Amino acid sequence: MDVNMEARRILAVSISKLYASRAQRGGLRLHRSLLLSLVMRSARDIYHSSSRDSEPHSGPSPPEEPMDTTSSVEPERTVSEPQPTSPSAQAATEEPEAEYERGASGDKENLSPAKQSRKRRGKTSAAPDFLPSKRARLEPGEERYAACCRSGHPESLTSLSLNRVISAF
Amino acid sequence: MALRDTSSLHQLKSPKRDLDTQPPDSSMEEESDTRKINNSFLRDHNYATEADIISTVEFNSSGELLATGDKGGRVVVFQREQESKSQSQRRGEYNVYSTFQSHEPEFDYLKSLEIEEKINKIKWLPQQNAAYFLLSTNDKTVKLWKISERDKRPEGYNLKDEDGRIRDPSTITSLRVPVLQPMDLMVEATARRVFSNAHTYHINSISVNSDHQTYISTDDLQVNLWNLEITNRSFNIVDIKPANMEELTEVITSAEFHPQQCHTFAYSSSKGSIRLCDMRQAALCDRHCKYFEEPEDPSTRSFFSEIISSISDVKFSHNGRYLMTRDYLTVKVWDLQMENKPLETYQVHDYLRGKLCSLYENDCIFDKFECVWNGSDSVIMTGSYNNFFRMFDRNTKRDVTLEASRENSKPRAILKPRKVCIGGKRRKDEISVDSLDFSKKILHTTWHPHENIIAVAATNNLYIFQDKVN
Repeated sequence: MDVNMEARRILAVSISKLYASRAQRGGLRLHRSLLLSLVMRSARDIYHSSSRDSEPHSGPSPPEEPMDTTSSVEPERTVSEPQPTSPSAQAATEEPEAEYERGASGDKENLSPAKQSRKRRGKTSAAPDFLPSKRARLEPGEERYAACCRSGHPESLTSLSLNRVISAF
Repeated sequence: MALRDTSSLHQLKSPKRDLDTQPPDSSMEEESDTRKINNSFLRDHNYATEADIISTVEFNSSGELLATGDKGGRVVVFQREQESKSQSQRRGEYNVYSTFQSHEPEFDYLKSLEIEEKINKIKWLPQQNAAYFLLSTNDKTVKLWKISERDKRPEGYNLKDEDGRIRDPSTITSLRVPVLQPMDLMVEATARRVFSNAHTYHINSISVNSDHQTYISTDDLQVNLWNLEITNRSFNIVDIKPANMEELTEVITSAEFHPQQCHTFAYSSSKGSIRLCDMRQAALCDRHCKYFEEPEDPSTRSFFSEIISSISDVKFSHNGRYLMTRDYLTVKVWDLQMENKPLETYQVHDYLRGKLCSLYENDCIFDKFECVWNGSDSVIMTGSYNNFFRMFDRNTKRDVTLEASRENSKPRAILKPRKVCIGGKRRKDEISVDSLDFSKKILHTTWHPHENIIAVAATNNLYIFQDKVN
């Protein structure tokens, strides 16, 4: 269980670092964000495999929803993680389209913090940055993010897409 | 080799731009050094402004000049005093030669982000005439600076008087030829080229080619080749950006040209590998010639294995036969002929291996240490925490830990080797791992190209150490 708790703690620390790096002068650093996401991924994997070992019947708790592969606007876009070893590539290819749609929908309340951090900083991904980023958009996500951290719910932490973290920058 | 702490303690002080017009300070006497230590050193060391933090140090190819860059975008160049016969005890010391503001903070309106003025790297160009040239870079822009001396000025113009005011033509009754008169030495720095708009990501390194005509600038995903004369065009020679950024798994952390072969360069990655590329093979060097990687030891795997295997610096040896890489805990020397494992591995501070989690929390695990060869490639040096730096003799296999700190060594004193106590009983002079000050880190060091003189940057302080002279 020590490993489990350590994984949780590392996840929480990583997310707060990710969040703090948005305010960093000079923009988000790609290398640092990549390393953070790698640590988060291993922590998430360890956490899932250890929680699976300890409680085989309960499984990962919600919010876990099937991956949304349609291009229509979908409010709920938390990434499902039925297996901790699910290939990130699958998430990778499907997320970009839905992500942009989501942005267009303006459904802010249900955006998880990592998606909210899709503010353009220093990294020109394939994201069409036609949407101006307004500060107001961040606030609902920030509140929810803060709530996540305070409650310390690892489920909500692990439900964040780690790949999303990279592409958001 | 016994190192003596020589020269004075050079401290950069805010506010910015107050040093540009001052003449070079050539009177760093020991008395003023003492005053500085007593009055201002401890105070400044504790409350150093961030702009004064030294971010890069580099000797030029003759060792006569030493350049430092800081977070405030300034470059300070030191020059070695000519050794005089009367002061044979005092080897040539380094004094401030020129100070200038290289980069200013900028704002990218399109992406809504600020571009830091911090100088990431300085590289000197080989000297071709009386002037000195260096390249300095921040996250986005590389600049070529010319540093030249002026010790004469023309006087006796016909159309303007000595202040520069235009003379009334009716008062001009005779013709004279202006004559060059001596003046106080003035060292001026002018920006001769600005190489901008070529990097989407943050520039981490620059390297001048042995052909003295081109250089490369490297960011997280691309390496660009420039001609020193041409600023509006650069060639992209390495691009590891994946089609889908979600698939990104590694970034480039540093790149350097081979010291003799103008067609060869190497770049290191965040995954702990180094690739050697030959520019003759193709215009885009995406396929490497050689790939250096050591398989990971599964017994040391942890959450932080990827972070600590990320290479923070890569340096060719002077003879061009070896490569040195620095990752978080080790320095490795690679033989260019052997790709599957390094020739030598040196532990810099292995006692930190058990503390990676705390180092992750306080961000120290992301620190990027540099490494450096001595002129004969027999000794390598790199920094650590608590203002410690380490030297490894490749021949004798001996290593030493030294400290760059005025509190623990008087000026001109011989540096005493330091020891970190791992566990158990701590001897008198040892320092325990838990007492190490992780805010005092030595990330940047440089070694004189021929002599045993090293420059070590400890936060906002520059230390220059020389070999003991009997």
